[in-house]
Amino acid sequence: MSTNEDIQKNEALEPPVNKDPSSSRLIITLALAGLVAGILISGVNLYTQPMIRANKAMALRKAIFQVLPGCTDYQPLILDNGKLKEIEPSEGVSNPDIPQTIFAGYDETEALVGLALVAQEPGFQDIVSGIFGYDPIAKIIVGFEVLESKETPGLGDKIIKDPGFRENFTALATEPEITGVKQGQKQKANEVEMITGATISSKTVVRLLNKGLGETKHAMEAFAKEKSTK
Amino acid sequence: MQASQTSDRHRIAEEFLKGLWNDNPVFVMVLGMCPVLAVSNTAINSLAMGLSTMFVLVFSSLLVSTFRKLIPSQVRITTFIIIIATFVTLVDMLLAAHFPFIHKELGAFISLIVVNCVILGRQEAFSSKNAPKYALADALGVSAGFVFALFCLGSIREILGNGTFFNLPLFGANFEPWVIMILPPGGFFSLGFLLLLFNRIKQKRDAAKSQLKAAASWKQNRYTTEYVTEKDEVDL
Repeated sequence: MSTNEDIQKNEALEPPVNKDPSSSRLIITLALAGLVAGILISGVNLYTQPMIRANKAMALRKAIFQVLPGCTDYQPLILDNGKLKEIEPSEGVSNPDIPQTIFAGYDETEALVGLALVAQEPGFQDIVSGIFGYDPIAKIIVGFEVLESKETPGLGDKIIKDPGFRENFTALATEPEITGVKQGQKQKANEVEMITGATISSKTVVRLLNKGLGETKHAMEAFAKEKSTK
Repeated sequence: MQASQTSDRHRIAEEFLKGLWNDNPVFVMVLGMCPVLAVSNTAINSLAMGLSTMFVLVFSSLLVSTFRKLIPSQVRITTFIIIIATFVTLVDMLLAAHFPFIHKELGAFISLIVVNCVILGRQEAFSSKNAPKYALADALGVSAGFVFALFCLGSIREILGNGTFFNLPLFGANFEPWVIMILPPGGFFSLGFLLLLFNRIKQKRDAAKSQLKAAASWKQNRYTTEYVTEKDEVDL
């Protein structure tokens, strides 16, 4: 009725400073806030998770074609006892818990163009997840894309956007181990020119490539040999 | 009762307009500069960031204001942060599901809405002390002001720095984009320019207002001096 009074009352309402509420009340308040927050987040998560998963799968699919030039079709692989085995499509699709990290890319004539590998490495802010294309016969990296990163906008995120940095990965030798050098100092085929102001993020990419290769390099080469002899 | 209803409506409108112009979070209070400078390089990014902030601010203010009497003051900031962080997480998930492109562009800045001082500031200064309807008006006003400011910056930077608006090319092929405008210095330049413009408009309006006031008080003075009788002077 008397809204003016309400306004005055509300304005006069200061947090109760004199009365100390019991600790249990404080705990209950925070617990309730946490509970409601949890319910809300898990509810929305249930709704959005399938969509986010589908978006990620689509981004991954797009990235595979980008890191393997000439690739028109791909097949997910799994590392089993040091050997790469093809996963049946149904196996991979029906079971999202099997992490799909290695893919064999084929061209129109069904010849192997290379392998795409997903790898993760802790960056400056959070885990950087990237995918790179590897040509096991020439033993070079033919492409690299960042799938997920929370690197500093404007600095670290140049690993995604900087065209100069991306050029490092068009034909990067992998033997001996890939190393990072300062900008303008690249001399060997296995060197990556790092970004000024984003050294940590650039080094993360170098580590990511070495780690990804270290685990599966031999298996990938064996797989390529097997394919070429068939 | 009618009078109180009108004054109520009047106050709601006032709370809304205040945030939009007189107390604009960016141009007047200069708050939340981190997203303002960092993600305002294109119109679409700034609009997405502004609308995400609006979503978080409106719902947090409503919730804080509704439960303001139940939240003990000792744990109020923690509770506000829990509420704000919840809505930020929701925005993050919804954007990732529906607009993955924008989500990738805004990156870490969505999570950083949690620590945007505009939002926590409104909870502490307004929502925790006022009824939900005023808190809603205030949150809508402040966030509309924030969206407006970000959108102005984003549009200027995209048009000059990229020659496009919402990715649509505006100028012919002969246009050489001012790349600096989409880089960090461009953010500072545009913000400085807009602050200058905004303060200039405000100064002019204030000057006009004070002139009006002076004229009115002069008129009043004249009346009162005329009205003062000789008797008063004797009394003095």
